[in-house]
Amino acid sequence: MKIKQSLLEYIDNVKNGSFTCEEFVLETLEQIEKHEEILHSYISINNKAIEDAKNIDKKIKSGEAGSFYGAPISIKDNICIKNSKTTCASRILEDFVAPYDATVITRLKNQDALFIGKNNLDEFAMGLTTEFSSFGPSRNPWNSEYVPGGSSGGSAVAVSALECLASLGSDTGGSVRNPASFCSVVGYKPSYGLISRYGLISYANSIEQIGPLTRTVKDTAFLLNTIAGLDENDNTTIDNHNDDYLAEIDHGIEGKKIGIIKQMMGEGTSKEVVDATNEAISKLEKQGAQIQDINLETVDYSVAAYYTITATEAGSNLARYDNLRYGYDFPLEGYEFNSYISKARKKFGPEVTRRMILGGFVPSAGYAGRYFLKAMKVKNKLTREVNEAFKKVDLLISPTVPVQPFKIGEKIEDPIALFLVDFNTVTANLTGKPAISVPFKVTNGLPIGIQLMAEHNEDKFLLQAAYSLEKDTKLPEVPL
Amino acid sequence: MTKIGLEIHCQLTKLNSKLFCSCKADYREFEPNTNICPICMGLPGSLPRLNQKAVEKATTIALALSCQVPEKIAFFRKNYFYPDLPKNFQITQLNVYGPTSIGEKGMVNVEDKEIRIRRIQLEEDPGRLIYEGTSEKTQITLVDYNRAGTPLVEIVTEPDFDNPKQVRIFLNILSDLLENLGVSEPTLEGAMRADGNVSIENGPKVEIKNIGSFHDLEKALHFEITRQESLSSRDIPIAQETRHWDDRRKVTVSARTKEEEMDYRYFPEGDIPWIKIADARIQKLKEDMPESISSKKQRYVTQFDIPPQVADVLSSDKFYSDLFEKSHDEKNAKDIANLITTDLMGLVDTREKREQSKLKPNHLQDLVSAIQASRITRTSAKTALQEMVKSGKSLEEIIKDLDLGKSDEGELEKIVDEVISQETKAVEEAKANPQTINYLVGKVMQKTKGKADPIITLELFKKKLS
Repeated sequence: MKIKQSLLEYIDNVKNGSFTCEEFVLETLEQIEKHEEILHSYISINNKAIEDAKNIDKKIKSGEAGSFYGAPISIKDNICIKNSKTTCASRILEDFVAPYDATVITRLKNQDALFIGKNNLDEFAMGLTTEFSSFGPSRNPWNSEYVPGGSSGGSAVAVSALECLASLGSDTGGSVRNPASFCSVVGYKPSYGLISRYGLISYANSIEQIGPLTRTVKDTAFLLNTIAGLDENDNTTIDNHNDDYLAEIDHGIEGKKIGIIKQMMGEGTSKEVVDATNEAISKLEKQGAQIQDINLETVDYSVAAYYTITATEAGSNLARYDNLRYGYDFPLEGYEFNSYISKARKKFGPEVTRRMILGGFVPSAGYAGRYFLKAMKVKNKLTREVNEAFKKVDLLISPTVPVQPFKIGEKIEDPIALFLVDFNTVTANLTGKPAISVPFKVTNGLPIGIQLMAEHNEDKFLLQAAYSLEKDTKLPEVPL
Repeated sequence: MTKIGLEIHCQLTKLNSKLFCSCKADYREFEPNTNICPICMGLPGSLPRLNQKAVEKATTIALALSCQVPEKIAFFRKNYFYPDLPKNFQITQLNVYGPTSIGEKGMVNVEDKEIRIRRIQLEEDPGRLIYEGTSEKTQITLVDYNRAGTPLVEIVTEPDFDNPKQVRIFLNILSDLLENLGVSEPTLEGAMRADGNVSIENGPKVEIKNIGSFHDLEKALHFEITRQESLSSRDIPIAQETRHWDDRRKVTVSARTKEEEMDYRYFPEGDIPWIKIADARIQKLKEDMPESISSKKQRYVTQFDIPPQVADVLSSDKFYSDLFEKSHDEKNAKDIANLITTDLMGLVDTREKREQSKLKPNHLQDLVSAIQASRITRTSAKTALQEMVKSGKSLEEIIKDLDLGKSDEGELEKIVDEVISQETKAVEEAKANPQTINYLVGKVMQKTKGKADPIITLELFKKKLS
């Protein structure tokens, strides 16, 4: 099967003429066709994919193709692609056609990436199982009775199930890393500001980032070379000095100091996950890293702070969906403004509605001090603690998720239990640090990912460390 | 004691683009909903892209109003649902968590009174709602988003005004200052708006909103003071509330919604990083600031010996002072100043007339030289000026076209004789009472269409009638 390869392998093969972009895209579309009914990783498929592939093949022949050579990439459906539907898996944006490209899309288009389709997600990226998609859940390719994680569940499934070569998701509290861990792919949340958010539909804009999901760490580094760096359309982007993330990826981690986050190895973490993490630590130690324990006390309050801040920002970011300027067919006539929008906004699903209500409450007059402002204090304290930790060590290690994938329907009725699944991932978002989930083990037929976190704007080093962890790991093939 | 405070909104109309996107800051010439883009329409996925020039212009205003400029400037979200607000929140500023708005604690002198400026903030203007019929009874409301995102500076004063007259003087000073700084054109429709708040002796503060013009503001303040005093004299308690100005009935009415009870859930705007304006930058902004109105006035008086009242008019109006600056030299300054403040003023007293005016600085220079050289009379000069404003033709052309050259003395004498023979009765009167001789001079002016030199004409009459 051609499709069973990495993004970089594909580029080599197309370059040296082993197969054409069109042949590869056809096989990818067949794979999607075959598995979509069960896995449901896509909301929409690019119906011009074959045409696009033919055009890129022409460019390849004439030597004009960009560095992606038509590699089929899938995009989480909360990132805008011009003239295509961008639904956020929400009924309220069911018919929304984006009139512009996100910056990441522009940059990938310039390098001749091919957009194969838009991936399923929890509505407006709020969730961690993809069960909150308004268009039905995605399923884990390792076992279709299990959740694939979320909110970028569709992206992780598509990469894992060979339905694309790589995907872009978004990570607000673990939404890239969590499904990457559950589906045994690489999932990366860059330093805040490294990748432009222009065209990413905001959920909690002060902490979220677009992030790649790929089969290998090198593929992530390659993607990053194209999409990272300053963007005049996003004032929060940072200067990465055009770092080449792929160039010294095999630099190794000899002599580097790695801290184990104590709070993420204790109660609440399953034995299988703790064992896998210890194995990963030994592997890095054997490569010359020095290991020590790190205590991050405030981590215990991070999930509470995370949900308070994200609800506040979501309440504001999603306020624009009043169905006045765009949205779905619902005539305005005969309504007073306020009654119209409250009716129009009934299309939001249960999780989004829950967080909106929370978002209206926690920053409100009389309660902000007890909730929103306190959450901001936690965020600041946590950031100081993590900054202190990075004075002692170069890297922090933990499991990506405290547990392995669970069954569809198992936790959806218990929001608090579900929130705790985020326990290990939210710290990177609240502190703006880069973090990556590397697939490390499959126990009882279900994947386990390991999370590495580094200092802000040390993304290149983080990817080197991730590569060291990934190297020589033999994982079983996804049992499709 | 009556206390009045103001909240003034001023658009930075001199900027090219909106506060967060590249749409035009001056939206007035566009068809509805054509000066818009994904950013100012708040489309999903769009992000604000801060216009650095707007921050600089707003900072310039803060410096001109003697405000303190904070170490860091931050933006906040003010959350409320309204159809003119594309994102259903407004990006604005807030000083609750420390001073982070463009400026605070400034001061303006209004005659002998110091009016303190509480704060200045930079924010985005919403779109415009257009009601069919009145806003109370409308069936249809239309929204035009062309204005959405226009850079707006909010200036809030302390309640330091004693009466509406001070308010009027302050607004004139402020309006002249903003125009002189080159940041705004306050005379553009909707470019400068003001709300007021009023309290009388020991009474609660009442806010008045929805005021269309400065003229209406003065009326609304008068009305509100009278209303409160009348309640107070009858021992009826005054409610602390927001009232709207009813332009039709010329009264303030209690607002149906209690705006002071609105909870805007302010929180930091994460899409715009905090800005630190370097001291060097502030220094540069200060250096680049145009000369202030008071300094101009002072200079006009001392350097050119222009009378203070004339200097006052000249310096406070940017259109006049720009014209003056570009046309005067040491010799003609006083005459040019006079020409502008006496003859030109009536010709370009509205925005439209100014925009259409074809007058150039060299016109004024030529005209003054011609007057000084006695080539043209003052009366003809006025006619020529009118023509210059209208057609932009050169002085020489105008003199030729309109035959404005001064009459020579021989010709003048003939006309004087003619008048003496025709106006026998007036001549007799003039002989008896020399003061009525002006009537005869006027007749000559009529006949020569102003080309006669009135002083020479007078001399001629005096000679002939003696």
